[in-house]
Amino acid sequence: MCENCNCKDERLDEVKKVIAECNGDKSQLIRVLNTVQEVYGYVPTYVQKVISEELDIPMAEIYGVITFYSRFSLNPKGKYNISVCLGTACYVKGSQAVLDKVKEILGIDVGGVTEDGKFSIEQTRCVGACGLAPVMTVNDDVYGNVDPSKVKDILAKYE
Amino acid sequence: MKTIAELNEIRERVAKEIALRTDRNYTGREKHILVCGGTGCTSSKSKEIIANLEAGIKANGLDHVRVIRTGCFGLCAKGPIVVVRPEDTFYAMTKPEDVEEILQKHIIGGEVVERLLCKDVDGSLVKSLDELNFYKKQHRIVLKNCGLIDPENIDEYLAYDGYKALEKVLTSMSQDEVIQVVSDSGLRGRGGAGFPTGRKWQFAKASENEQKYVACNADEGDPGAFMDRSVLEGDPHTIIEAMAIAAYAIGANKGYVYVRAEYPIAVHRLQVAIDQAKEYGLLGENIFGTNFSFDLEIRLGAGAFVCGEETALMESVEGRRGEPRPRPPFPAVKGLFGKPTLLNNVETYANITQIILNGAEWFSSIGTEKSKGTKVFALGGNINNVGLVEVPMGITLREIVYDIGGGIPNGKEFKAAQTGGPSGGCLPAEHLDTPIDYESLGAIGSMMGSGGLIVMDESTCMVNLARFFLDFTVDESCGKCPPCRIGTKRMLEILNRITEGNGKEGDIEKLENLAMNIKRSSLCGLGQTAPNPVLSTLKYYRHEYEAHIKDKKCPAGECKAMTQVTIDPEKCKGCSLCSKNCPVGAIHGELKSPFEIDQEKCIKCGVCIAKCPFKAIERK
Repeated sequence: MCENCNCKDERLDEVKKVIAECNGDKSQLIRVLNTVQEVYGYVPTYVQKVISEELDIPMAEIYGVITFYSRFSLNPKGKYNISVCLGTACYVKGSQAVLDKVKEILGIDVGGVTEDGKFSIEQTRCVGACGLAPVMTVNDDVYGNVDPSKVKDILAKYE
Repeated sequence: MKTIAELNEIRERVAKEIALRTDRNYTGREKHILVCGGTGCTSSKSKEIIANLEAGIKANGLDHVRVIRTGCFGLCAKGPIVVVRPEDTFYAMTKPEDVEEILQKHIIGGEVVERLLCKDVDGSLVKSLDELNFYKKQHRIVLKNCGLIDPENIDEYLAYDGYKALEKVLTSMSQDEVIQVVSDSGLRGRGGAGFPTGRKWQFAKASENEQKYVACNADEGDPGAFMDRSVLEGDPHTIIEAMAIAAYAIGANKGYVYVRAEYPIAVHRLQVAIDQAKEYGLLGENIFGTNFSFDLEIRLGAGAFVCGEETALMESVEGRRGEPRPRPPFPAVKGLFGKPTLLNNVETYANITQIILNGAEWFSSIGTEKSKGTKVFALGGNINNVGLVEVPMGITLREIVYDIGGGIPNGKEFKAAQTGGPSGGCLPAEHLDTPIDYESLGAIGSMMGSGGLIVMDESTCMVNLARFFLDFTVDESCGKCPPCRIGTKRMLEILNRITEGNGKEGDIEKLENLAMNIKRSSLCGLGQTAPNPVLSTLKYYRHEYEAHIKDKKCPAGECKAMTQVTIDPEKCKGCSLCSKNCPVGAIHGELKSPFEIDQEKCIKCGVCIAKCPFKAIERK
């Protein structure tokens, strides 16, 4: 069940399936959280409660793990999550200017979400496509050899 | 479960099927089209290329042609890469829509599609992979199967002597003999520190305990480095086989591979490989009918650089915050779940099967006196041939940058190379002829590191580069020990004010003082090495720091606060391209006469510099 009503929460079922596969093994907490992050796009509090009960790990500890690892987020991301690579190879080729341009166009900072919930920005350290530097991604779409003048056209595709 | 005879039968059969990939004298009709399925090429649509090829082959009834998705070829700058064998035709920067032409003209018509051939840095057309200067000085041991086999097909791995080393170890060698071979080979840890691998195995074996573990560090966090990822994506079985060998040698029966979740392709291929190895009985109970049993599991990271540190990695495998533990006890005594654990890095493991099969003497004949074998580098930054290279130890930086890397693009000068990422240092132009080995790099204030090698040209400000790395460490410091948590933050604040033009007298001395204290008193390797980028840039580019602080000038013209973007009226033709592209409308002028930049409005973004066809705009 989801937190607000009694509707069937399929995403939670998926998470519970993975929890069941862990057989009570607490050391698999990060695996479970990776699943939650993928399924929900963030780690909602009510799912943390479920994990806490099923794996018998205190909420505080789960919170500690979530906030430690940069992949986990406590808030939902935008429908289109924009990620600009600030790995060394991209940085040397000018990715900071690309990031600044994205921030300027969307009017939000790194970690923020636009008011309509459409876009969010994050910076990442190396997506491993250094041959395409500088790189930015919008959800699963990868854009290589980006310069600030191309940012507007890229974002326009998702309007 | 397969017997040794059955495995040999597969090896023989598949070796024949794929011989045309390496046999340049093959005269048969069959063709294999190899398409790179590494992360870089996948990002630029190699998946679609494969799909189009398969569809085209079917539509044209080309039964003698096979498409194989391989691991990384190395020359990422030219991706997506398509290679047709046996003729070894190398198509670069291929697009999904080029597939039809390749099939019609080359495969059916027998004529090479010249338009798609790769151009070398000197502009010459390259017909075959072997001709490329990029490959000529490389020596491939770790990457031997990358770009050659289908990583998701265990039979192809078997065909190139796969799992023969494990068979040899389990059926004819004692634990001590295995460790002896690894020790004699002179192999040292490829994660960066260079600890002798054989000795590490000895320690782990010497620890008495019923339960021991082997673990593989695939948490490649150094930004700009992708060696380990490429091995996992291109040849995952070699890691499984090597870990099984290590487990046998030290007396473990369970292994963990700790991989970054940011590497989905690598994780997927490793899981496929593990499942296949289990199916063939190469993982599991009583391998090859011996008493040796070994099980392997993947554990995912979740984006924390510090988890590359061995004790933090173990905390994370156990499902907790990745905060380092004090050492001793070392992992060989008390590691995962409190049990003796052997931890090696991906590239270290990737050498093992070849050492077992070819012998310690063969391996130690490659490289220098104290650094044996090869090293894989991820070549990036301001260099023509961005990509993955494997070179024998002892090669000079000059050979890597100019012969293999093809030099610096846009006619600019080499300024420095950075190795070791946030823990390493810079190699300036005067050290271009330094041999690449653990001792030589350490002696000039850098380190081998895990293999990231970022090349920088004259337009890179070294103070800003140091600031970039400190910004990274501050972000990634786990916060457990104060010298790292607070010290790096203070260093970053000083570097920030220097690059913003507010540096004060005495800042350099403060940086040096903080650096020494952080190095001495931090708990783990992250903090102990965090000041290195500052110390090494101070050693070679102190004058740049001084110029920022005293003259308020950035000699490289990178630090925005101290630069102005201006148009040279001599060179400007008044084409108005700059003003059309300026995001803040700061450029004005009349067509066909020189334009001007309003410095009040200019945000120094540099778009105009990139757009100007006459190179009339400069940042000074």
